[in-house]
Amino acid sequence: MRRFLRPGHDPVRERLKRDLFQFNKTVEHGFPHQPSALGYSPFLHLMAIGTRSGAIKLYGAPGVEFMGLHEENNTVMQIHFIPDQCQLVTLLDDNSLHLWSLKQHSGASELREEHRFTLKGPPGSPPSATQITAVLPHSSREVLYLGTESGNIFVVELPAFRVLEDRTITSEAVLQRVPEDYCNRRACELVEALREHPKNPDQILIGYSRGLIVLWDLQNNKVTHHFLGSQQLENLYWQRDGTKFISCHYDGSYTQWPVSSDNRQPEPLENVVPYGPFPCKAISKIYWQTTKNGLPYIIFQGGMPRASYGDRHSISVIHGSQQTAFDFTSRVIDFFIIFSSEPTADFDDPSAMVVLAEEELVVIDLKTAGWPAVHPPYLASLHCSAITCSHHVSNIPLKLWERIISAGSKQNIHYSSMPWPIDGGTNIAPDPPQRDLLLTGHEDGTVRFWDASGVCLHLLYKLSTVRVFLTDADPNDNMNTLGEDEWPPLRKVGTFDPYSDDPRLGIQKIYLCKYSGYLTVAGTAGQVLVMELNDEDAEHVVDHAEADLLQDQEGYRWKGHEKLKTRDGPVRFEAGFQPFVLVQCQPPAVVTSLALHSEWKLVAFGTSHGFGLFDHQQKRLVFVKCTLHPSDQLALEGPLSRVKSLKKSLRQSFRRIRRSRVSSRKRRGGSGNTSEVREANAKFDQDALQEMELAPVQRKIEARSAEDSFTGFVRTLYFADTFLRDSSRHCPSLWAGTNGGTVYAFCLRVPPAERRMDEPVRAEQAKEIQLMHRAPVVGILVLDGRSTPLPEPLEVAHDLSKSPDMQGSHQLLVVSEEQFKVFTLPKVSSKLKLKLTALEGCRVRKVTVANFGSCKTDDYSENDLAVLTNLGDIQIISLPFLKLQIRYPCIRKEDVSGIASCVFTKYGQGFYLISPSEFERFSLSTKWLVEPRCVVDMPEITSNNHVQNKSGMENAARKPRSSGDYGEDERKSGRLMEHALLNDEKVLKEIQSTLEGGR
Amino acid sequence: EFRRFSLERSKPGKFEEFYGLLQHVHKIPNVDVLVGYTDIHGDLLPINNDDNYHKAVSTANPLLRIFIQRKEDADYSAFGTDTMTRKKNVLSNVLRPDNHKKKPHIVISMPQDFRPVSSIIDVDILPETHRRVRLYKYGTDKPLGFYIRDGSSVRVTSHGLERVPGIFISRLVPGGLAQSTGLLAVNDEVLEVNGIEVSGKSLDQVTDMMIANSRNLIITVRPANQRNNVVRNSRTSGSSGQSTESSLPSSTPNILANFLQGEEESDEEDIVIEGSGEPQQIPKATPTSESLESLTQIELLHESTQNGFLPSSEVNLNHSAGNVSMEYEVQEPDHKSLEEDGTIITL
Repeated sequence: MRRFLRPGHDPVRERLKRDLFQFNKTVEHGFPHQPSALGYSPFLHLMAIGTRSGAIKLYGAPGVEFMGLHEENNTVMQIHFIPDQCQLVTLLDDNSLHLWSLKQHSGASELREEHRFTLKGPPGSPPSATQITAVLPHSSREVLYLGTESGNIFVVELPAFRVLEDRTITSEAVLQRVPEDYCNRRACELVEALREHPKNPDQILIGYSRGLIVLWDLQNNKVTHHFLGSQQLENLYWQRDGTKFISCHYDGSYTQWPVSSDNRQPEPLENVVPYGPFPCKAISKIYWQTTKNGLPYIIFQGGMPRASYGDRHSISVIHGSQQTAFDFTSRVIDFFIIFSSEPTADFDDPSAMVVLAEEELVVIDLKTAGWPAVHPPYLASLHCSAITCSHHVSNIPLKLWERIISAGSKQNIHYSSMPWPIDGGTNIAPDPPQRDLLLTGHEDGTVRFWDASGVCLHLLYKLSTVRVFLTDADPNDNMNTLGEDEWPPLRKVGTFDPYSDDPRLGIQKIYLCKYSGYLTVAGTAGQVLVMELNDEDAEHVVDHAEADLLQDQEGYRWKGHEKLKTRDGPVRFEAGFQPFVLVQCQPPAVVTSLALHSEWKLVAFGTSHGFGLFDHQQKRLVFVKCTLHPSDQLALEGPLSRVKSLKKSLRQSFRRIRRSRVSSRKRRGGSGNTSEVREANAKFDQDALQEMELAPVQRKIEARSAEDSFTGFVRTLYFADTFLRDSSRHCPSLWAGTNGGTVYAFCLRVPPAERRMDEPVRAEQAKEIQLMHRAPVVGILVLDGRSTPLPEPLEVAHDLSKSPDMQGSHQLLVVSEEQFKVFTLPKVSSKLKLKLTALEGCRVRKVTVANFGSCKTDDYSENDLAVLTNLGDIQIISLPFLKLQIRYPCIRKEDVSGIASCVFTKYGQGFYLISPSEFERFSLSTKWLVEPRCVVDMPEITSNNHVQNKSGMENAARKPRSSGDYGEDERKSGRLMEHALLNDEKVLKEIQSTLEGGR
Repeated sequence: EFRRFSLERSKPGKFEEFYGLLQHVHKIPNVDVLVGYTDIHGDLLPINNDDNYHKAVSTANPLLRIFIQRKEDADYSAFGTDTMTRKKNVLSNVLRPDNHKKKPHIVISMPQDFRPVSSIIDVDILPETHRRVRLYKYGTDKPLGFYIRDGSSVRVTSHGLERVPGIFISRLVPGGLAQSTGLLAVNDEVLEVNGIEVSGKSLDQVTDMMIANSRNLIITVRPANQRNNVVRNSRTSGSSGQSTESSLPSSTPNILANFLQGEEESDEEDIVIEGSGEPQQIPKATPTSESLESLTQIELLHESTQNGFLPSSEVNLNHSAGNVSMEYEVQEPDHKSLEEDGTIITL
């Protein structure tokens, strides 16, 4: 038997398999985990984000994105685009420099690492001598200036990173003509900032951390101006015309300095502490942007009063009398201003501010009054509240799609209408073949609807279930209630809000019927909401029903959380999905499975205690079935709350670690700080290690028994119109599978449409199947007479599917974590099985039917099972013969949260979380592939430009982006690298052992 | 008392059914009996399981002579080689046992009275340092009762000795199946689980494989203690059929058993409850709906009420295929039969 289940070597089938299946990780959606650096090229209109795991991602116009990964997996500290080039340089925390370039292959651009380099000092010199602190790519595009901790500035030639030793600017040379008394007071210390003169490429401004700033002449190799700052320097910024520059300082002040040929050691023009007079935090970066109307934009990061607002992550924008301190939800990594890069323009005229915070990207429109935020088309913060579940719906009918978009647009009125300002590159990917929705459920009780059709995962609409319930939190709590004369003028921006008001609000299961617009969501506290799409605001009462899943079981006490309190009376709901009925499971345990049949108007739900069926048309509970084993105390008392609390404490410790890391962000703020954190981390590691050692790593070998815990946990629910009782009459049926390997089948009698409201829906148990291996049932499916899975409700009515074959004998497929089994119907006899675990030692985690089309012929497609195992492998298993077709490694097996988050689409794609904020998208199909394919225009480099730059002419090489001369290059699709992430393997292991410890 | 009835040679059915039939035919439903037959050499051989029952049916030409003895006063010495030639008249031997009783035998129960709990298998194909142990979980309430752990073992490779990761038994639970067999010990290295090598698999994978096979677990180990190994050639293991051992821990582990691989399939049969009816085992669907298994084709032919017979019966084997003339009563499936092989009732 087993021999026949092995993949056959039928050459025809093998060839067909090649036409059907192919594994690709195509694109990462969402916001990069732990971003660490930001770069922007005004020439390419591309933004680059580096992460702590060594990834670098480039973004331009929607659909234009690139990704690269440093081999070292070290934190990216700085990113600098080479002026007027498709190249950028990254600095990692191991002090290595990497040159990346965008090159065209097969018509699409590709990001590649070209060179790497580590600066080496003379033998015997301390490592700090070559520790790079500042990088300046010179506008000549030929050299990089590298400021170091020693105060020396090294010059390296691009692209090969050849050190030009004779051009090194030593701190001794700089200090030669500095006044004696100043010199005595402060040594040069490290190079904090390097800035090229905007008009004269032969002059660079050098800022040292102790406050000294000099203007260096590259031609004559000498200091032309000294600016004797008295405060510890943070950053420098040239004004556009090169007559003034501005320095910002550790004490929260900024200073304007004049640059003229008559005064070689000028006094500052002005010195301002914007949020004084009390001690303020450092201003770490500043922009001074000129405008036509004469009032400059002064934009700086930090500078808040230390005592009262020292914990804010702020960027202040001052324009004349307008001043706003944008208050970000997480630490600001870096920011940049998009302004006119035309060299001929007289003014900067800033248009937008782009801020990379640790957890989200915020773009502020500076042209529109009130400085509203711009809705980003990508880099969505998926994790603005932690994702608790996801649900994918393929091929959304246009009507529903438009209604969801329209409901969403009403929510987004506070966004700026400005077109997305980062618009480099051209998206040349074909239009997505269909409209797909990805729904994510969140810990705060919201469901977010994402456009998952293409490369950009874009938020369409956000649904909140919170309004149905009474929670402790005041809904106005999060509003920006600051008055006019509040000082500082803080304004909260961003959506990241990981702190849930009430964990019971968390969404656990989602089911959307794309044909009828019915949506049902279920949550942590046993709440099941049925909703309908309404294009208008409405105020109505939500009907309540209670489902007592313990019905006749006496004497049990639920020790878990209480159910959520509901609001009395009518509730106002905005346009979109509006709940009309709430079914509350009792005890209020986590809803573990959910199914909706929009044609029969029935919703089925299950918890660890049992399952129930609700008629949402008549708003009547049809039946409940208790699946609990009487001795299962753990399930009774609500042990999931224990897992929850562990998760919570883990999360808290994550936060703690993160906070401590945050405080160490300034790598050069004294090595003491970093080493402290390192020590703390080491101690954390050690503690965790000790805990591991206490528990010996051994596994109990024991058969599953009926007395195990959580056998009653309902894992899957399924509606089918099939032959349950006899082979002559089919009827609606509900199937449920439990953790203990039991399958229940109920025969349903749904009254015909004309009497639907008059007669009750009836249900009667028809079958109960106990799998002897007692593994959890994770999937139930009925195959029709042609061995095709039964269509979804209303699918046939909408002419989108052939009606099922109701002549031949139906088959029942039961998927447990360990085996796949096909039974005949209506008389249950076993027909086929595939013992996955016994053969391979892996268990089924996720399973879906997927349709695979051939890439060669349009008219061939077949249904197979897509299976994700606990080892992170994806297997494709044929239907109905249960033959393994192909296997791909996909997720690391240690990444339990990644495996748990995986969701398959109906057409052989899938998503899983590679971090709390990022979905990896993958494809198993040769036909359905969504991956970025884009082109970035190459700049025209003429020798003339080089001469111009070299000869000290104005930086005229900056050209407007020209589009379209990329035609003749070779074509090759973009290569994507897998992202390195989740270093905290031990934490994952800990979670895994806790989750699996029960068995 | 003699009875004569017919059986279909091509579909003899199971021993238990046959046994039930005999009891029915002789109207001794609640009497424990020993069943024996005379083979072609005239030996009186026991019939107590499917294998020797099938053997008996297949060697009969055409009459199969069956002897039935009450278990309490059975003469075990009657069985064996040359029994028939030695004792001219087996009947007299059976009917008047006192005449021939030479010495009291120690009564060792027939194998059918035991349930196998473990066995060593495939001794002939395995290296002497390895041991393949089969644990029968089904039908017993005893837990498997052992733990496994990660460890490292030394292998001889082309690069000399190398340490490789391995899976070891880390603990035996007192009173568990694993301990009670005496075939497994702490620090035995696990090499295979139900024929699948564990090398390269993680502890969790091996755990899952063992649990998935827990109802019929076959593990190949390299015992930590190599002194009790089976010595090859010490015994020609021609004896097919199953040898079992008692569940005493002191029992010797050197018992051989060969099993048909197909037996694995019978280890787990799911149960279905139709409506509010009785639980039943789920049958295997046959390739075509017409060719029903013999078990499902039960005909209630009460022809057994024939004239008086002595307690010995002759079974007439009917050669006409397809013409089923085997007769016995349908037993109401009690719970025990569900665990093994049962009949099917459609409710």
